[in-house]
Amino acid sequence: MREELIVSGRSNPLIDPHLEIWEWQIPAYLFLGGLAAGILFFAGLFYLRGREDKYPTAVRVAPVFVPVLLAIGLLFLFLDLKHKFYFWRLYTSFSIESPTSWGAWTLLLVMPLSVIWAALYIESVFPKWDWKYTWAKDAIKFLSGYKREMAWGMVVLAIILGIYTGILLSAFNARPLWNTSILGPLFLTSGLSTGAAFIVLLSKNKTERHAMGMIDLMLISIEVALIIHMFMGFKASTRVQIEAADMFLGGQFTATFWVFVFSLGLIVPAFLEFMETKGKRIPFYIAPSLVIFGGILFRFIMVHAGQLSRWLY
Amino acid sequence: MRYAMAIDTKKCVGCSDCVVACQTENNVPHGYARDWIIEVIDGTYPQLELEYRSERCNHCDNAPCVRCCPTGASFIADGGIVKVEHDKCIGCGACIAACPYDARFVHPEGYVDKCTFCDHRLEKGQDPACVAVCPTKCLYFGDMDDPNSEVSKVVKKRKFKTLIPEAGTEPQLYFLI
Ligand code: SF4
Ligand code: SF4
Repeated sequence: MREELIVSGRSNPLIDPHLEIWEWQIPAYLFLGGLAAGILFFAGLFYLRGREDKYPTAVRVAPVFVPVLLAIGLLFLFLDLKHKFYFWRLYTSFSIESPTSWGAWTLLLVMPLSVIWAALYIESVFPKWDWKYTWAKDAIKFLSGYKREMAWGMVVLAIILGIYTGILLSAFNARPLWNTSILGPLFLTSGLSTGAAFIVLLSKNKTERHAMGMIDLMLISIEVALIIHMFMGFKASTRVQIEAADMFLGGQFTATFWVFVFSLGLIVPAFLEFMETKGKRIPFYIAPSLVIFGGILFRFIMVHAGQLSRWLY
Repeated sequence: MRYAMAIDTKKCVGCSDCVVACQTENNVPHGYARDWIIEVIDGTYPQLELEYRSERCNHCDNAPCVRCCPTGASFIADGGIVKVEHDKCIGCGACIAACPYDARFVHPEGYVDKCTFCDHRLEKGQDPACVAVCPTKCLYFGDMDDPNSEVSKVVKKRKFKTLIPEAGTEPQLYFLI
């Protein structure tokens, strides 16, 4: 038996940071970042492959929402800061070893790019939109000439942004649950999957919905494999990582994770999407809604549980 | 110059004087602490072993809290002291998540705060407040690079351990056992 007691002034929730330094803001921000990355990725990819007319929602409609998603995400990030009015310090330095710094600068590039792309296609969401000023019209015309370059930028930055949402956590050696390099690809895949789901929800075009559903099905399969891989890796690792995994394999997060995230958020929508390919008629919005719900919950659980996992000494 | 501290777990009685001295010296806000005492009971009754540890930031040589800081607010000062520059800190919490020893906290004013080895006292040639006040003299402080410093000598002479060396942080608190 080994028991540790804190007998002095540290026994208060204010100093023990594993009692949540990151609350709801960070997981919400990670979710929105991943979702935005997913949407931008498909928009850029389908544009480059000349599928704009085949996948109009992916290329034209969904990206119009990205600046809003990113703005909300950034607002959440700002709300998380405890020393808020120094936030500009993020942009007076670049720290190559700090994922937070990478994220801040990546967002600084993604944001204007997504705003321009949204501006180019704003009429596809608001048909009555009118750029009142001639200079605005001229700017749009000028920028339309660089769609290819922008699409490339979107694809590359979307991958960086999506991976970053995972690396932000996996870089912390102090939190055994996060300290796995699978988290980068896993959060990227999950972000792409929620992006695909978002497009299905918006799309009015049956073939597009069907195609995006198929892509989502593929992404979900990858995600399931990565999750299983992650737990296998933990179980084969050090004691602290075994204990971290045990929070999900019998511990306090078992039911929430396997019932809501894994089953309802991945397996059920995958099954529904599979049934759709077999021609079964299922209301199209159920599967993507579940995917998005699962994506949100997954980030909340990972951020929360990660902060409970720790080294013992 | 490499400041370090040795803590004699055999001499410590867990009185918490170091905690109170630090809170007073550094105006640590009520309810917070930069150092703390841990009591560890090991074994099966009746073979029990008791260990008291006065813990604080380990002023790690390979400090993850400094690496993850996006603004450079967390930095390594002279003598290897890990410090936070308040006006650069945005309170993002990354360093708190990064410290395996949970040695940092958010000051009510928003920036992150932690042990400084009382560098303001070191400048005057004094020991850190916790070291100065300890009634059993179980804390040793000094320059590890100087073979004649008290801390170098005691670490050379006695058996010691560091906390979670496997986390790769190269901590600079030596617990004498
Ligand atoms: S103990 Fe924690 S706060 Fe102190 S230097 Fe090491 S990692 Fe940083
Ligand atoms: S909370 Fe402050 S010191 Fe800590 S990583 Fe963020 S900016 Fe740096």
